[in-house]
Amino acid sequence: MLGFLVRRIMVMIPTLLAISAITFVIIQLPPGDYLTTLVTELESRGEAIDQSRLQFLRETYGLDKPMIEQYFVWLGGMLTGDYGYSFEYNRPVADVVGDRMLLTIIVSFATIVFIWVVSFPIGIYSATHQYSLGDYGLTFLGFLGLATPNFLLALVLLYFANVTFGTSIGGLMDSAYIDAPWSMGKFLSVLEHLWIPVIVIGTSGTAGMIRRLRANLLDELHKQYVVTARAKGLSPGKVLWKYPLRMAINPFIADIGNLLPQIVSGAAVVSIVLSLPTTGPMLLDALRSQDMYLAGSFLMFLALLTVVGVFLSDLALAALDPRIRLEGGATR
Amino acid sequence: MTDLLNVRDLHIEFRVAEGVIRAVRGISFRVKPGGTVALVGESGSGKSVVAQAIMGILPRPAHITRGEILFADPRLPKTIDITKLNPESGKMRAIRGGNISIIFQEPMTSLSPLHTVGDQVGEAVILHRGVSKAEARGLTSEMLRLVGFPEPVRALDTYPFELSGGLRQRAMIAMALICRPSLLIADEPTTALDVTIQAQILKLIRDLQGELGMAVLMITHDLGVVANVAEEVVVMYRGEVMESGEMRDIFADPRHPYLKALLRAVPRFHMEPGERLVPIREIKSAGGKMLEATKEPWPAGADAAGPLLSVTGITKRFDTSGTGWFNRNRSSGGGVLAVDDVSFEIKRGECVGLVGESGCGKTTLSKILMRALRPDTGTVLYNDRGKIVDVLGLENDDLVAFRRKLQFIFQDPFGSLNPRMTVFDIVSEPLVIHGIGDEEHRRQLVKELMSLVGLDVRYLKRYPHSFSGGQRQRIGIARALALRPDLLICDEPVSALDVSIQAQILNLLKDLKEKLGLTYLFISHNLAVVDYIADRIMVMCKGRIVEVAPRAALFRNPVHPYTRALLSAVPDPDPDSRLDLALLGEGRASDPRSWPEPFTIDGDNHPGMIDLGDGHLVRATARPALLEMAS
Repeated sequence: MLGFLVRRIMVMIPTLLAISAITFVIIQLPPGDYLTTLVTELESRGEAIDQSRLQFLRETYGLDKPMIEQYFVWLGGMLTGDYGYSFEYNRPVADVVGDRMLLTIIVSFATIVFIWVVSFPIGIYSATHQYSLGDYGLTFLGFLGLATPNFLLALVLLYFANVTFGTSIGGLMDSAYIDAPWSMGKFLSVLEHLWIPVIVIGTSGTAGMIRRLRANLLDELHKQYVVTARAKGLSPGKVLWKYPLRMAINPFIADIGNLLPQIVSGAAVVSIVLSLPTTGPMLLDALRSQDMYLAGSFLMFLALLTVVGVFLSDLALAALDPRIRLEGGATR
Repeated sequence: MTDLLNVRDLHIEFRVAEGVIRAVRGISFRVKPGGTVALVGESGSGKSVVAQAIMGILPRPAHITRGEILFADPRLPKTIDITKLNPESGKMRAIRGGNISIIFQEPMTSLSPLHTVGDQVGEAVILHRGVSKAEARGLTSEMLRLVGFPEPVRALDTYPFELSGGLRQRAMIAMALICRPSLLIADEPTTALDVTIQAQILKLIRDLQGELGMAVLMITHDLGVVANVAEEVVVMYRGEVMESGEMRDIFADPRHPYLKALLRAVPRFHMEPGERLVPIREIKSAGGKMLEATKEPWPAGADAAGPLLSVTGITKRFDTSGTGWFNRNRSSGGGVLAVDDVSFEIKRGECVGLVGESGCGKTTLSKILMRALRPDTGTVLYNDRGKIVDVLGLENDDLVAFRRKLQFIFQDPFGSLNPRMTVFDIVSEPLVIHGIGDEEHRRQLVKELMSLVGLDVRYLKRYPHSFSGGQRQRIGIARALALRPDLLICDEPVSALDVSIQAQILNLLKDLKEKLGLTYLFISHNLAVVDYIADRIMVMCKGRIVEVAPRAALFRNPVHPYTRALLSAVPDPDPDSRLDLALLGEGRASDPRSWPEPFTIDGDNHPGMIDLGDGHLVRATARPALLEMAS
């Protein structure tokens, strides 16, 4: 087991390195850099550009150096905790990102919990009551959830919240707490605002999860070992809980790794609509204006999230399923 | 003495979307306390449905419409009619697993792979006897010891997939017996097992039956098993009882035509030369003109170049250690020797049987012959109409051309046909791949192939799911014949089929061999089947061929101890030649190290093949001294 852990962590390092290289290349692919974008923007406004200042900026950030050198400078900085400098905000990336990273993690985590908590009982009910009225009803709702674009759902919710309750639910906290240091009040305010984005972002994921859990569980329910368990005289609930459900949740755990980046990137549009202070909108801006260090940091963060998510789900799978734990390298 | 179980006029129907299927129609039988009753029938006869009704685990669409199942366990206060109980009621759940238990056919899928053996076996005793976890552990290891686990305490914490098929079935039996039920239902308990393991499991059930004083309801399609264990027999066909009575009477004087037919359909040892099996429903094979027309004739003298297939010194080792980045320091010589120095020849027009238990390397060998696996050493030579071809050295176009000479019939008729292709597409696919004929020619040829295997040409537009196992197997045969091969490798083609269907397929294969001049390598674990179809038989054990002999010689005078063990473990459908269960060693027959001199194979002894004359070879270090008549 320890060997597996060590091996698994070792494999993550080259993966992340490869991702960082690809990320960097892709960011550099569009012609020009942040400074050329800046120049065209200033020119279009008819403002003059100080050539010496431009030269100064170019030298400071090493934009005149070859790409490979820039990459290693950036990589070295990342490893030592220096994420570079955001041109657009004229501040270090770490400062710009600030709370956003944490808030993104909070929103994502809450969304996953929401997906699981809602989809599990519904999925189990749908599978055990296949073709019943309840199953059909829930299936219909599920398809609605899958088919509704979540930014649309966000707009609808915003509208109704405003019309019926007269409240603005945009943002993740009361405006009083924005840029304020963390406190109990701020935390509670975040919680209060959290549920709307969580529902909006989580709806399609929940619907998909219900469908998959239902299908998985239906497959398992007809397996021979379930009959064996029933033949032992176990009660139906105990049978369900101990045997087929254990088998059916495997794909879910395997899915955590996929779920994380999906939620983070899927949330970008919603975040813009709901004006959430998460990373999504900022990443979009950064990519548009070629604010390369900011964009690169975000993308690396996403990659890290994915790799760590897959790692965690692998660990959970190994813990839950003895076949994975014991057969790794043991047979064949 | 009152009957333990009395099933009276039981009717069960399945209400499904397509209508009502009456699966069981007025079944009556009884089981005495401590007695053994065999419920015999083909698949689809409703025998398993009866078992499910007794256990109260009928699938949801099934309904008991009439009749009663009276269960009179002396441990229960009064006789209970199981049909009157709600299957999920506490009362029924207490009976299920507590007083009646069941063993299923598939030891692979009947146990959950995620829970330890100890957990799954001990669960029932915690539930029904209310003991603590620690006590349950003790009882479980005791029970595992009773069913023959070598290390019961260690076995508690193993997972089912770490055990062999035989041990899994033992775990299953332990699970069924831990609450000491008064009735054990064994639903095809040995069908999925090798003969030697089957004999051990049958012995185990019988021993435990005596020890625990329980009754057994044995559900099986294997008349050999019935003759060996049952006291009374109930023969079912299409949901009705055809015949029932004392086992000896039934076998001595089968009255009902169905039972007579069933007995005639089973391959037995000592069949008359030329005697044919009589399937319950004969299939008509017709046509074959186009195939005969496209056949390239063998030039005279081509056989002088050598046998059709000549295999020398094939060895294949599978690595068992991981091949990951960080796992390089592998110990040398590790791995499993799947095929060890195998040499044999197949002459043109012969049917060579290859017999061995699961895991002995027969399938690996067949995969090497058809170039799906590459052996570590050895050569395979093929006589292509006088031209000797080195099969393992073939590349690209030559290999593609060779593929037409050698075709394969698979064991699993369900897995080997693509469910998304019509029968026409399946059968014509080889022709398309090899670019044979135009559309019209293919259509004609596929039609001929269909009638050749006795299938209606109108079925060509259907998908595999609408066919039975036997029909699917025939589709597989038609596909294998499409390229007009010379050599067919049949890998357990009938082991997944019912006896009556098995007879159909065996007869079909026999007829096709005559008609088309085919050569077979027939792989099977069933000696009686091989006896019926093969001219020469090779016995394989642990990757080595241990004995080769013409069919008659092998059965008359088996020399190798492993061959003898195999022969003695086959249950004969004859109550007068019951298996000597006591003689069967506990799995030692397949251990080369425990074979007596001069057959021993271990670190010091590497015996070669010794010729005993008349094509009878045996693997031994010296000519075996005693050659008495063993049959």
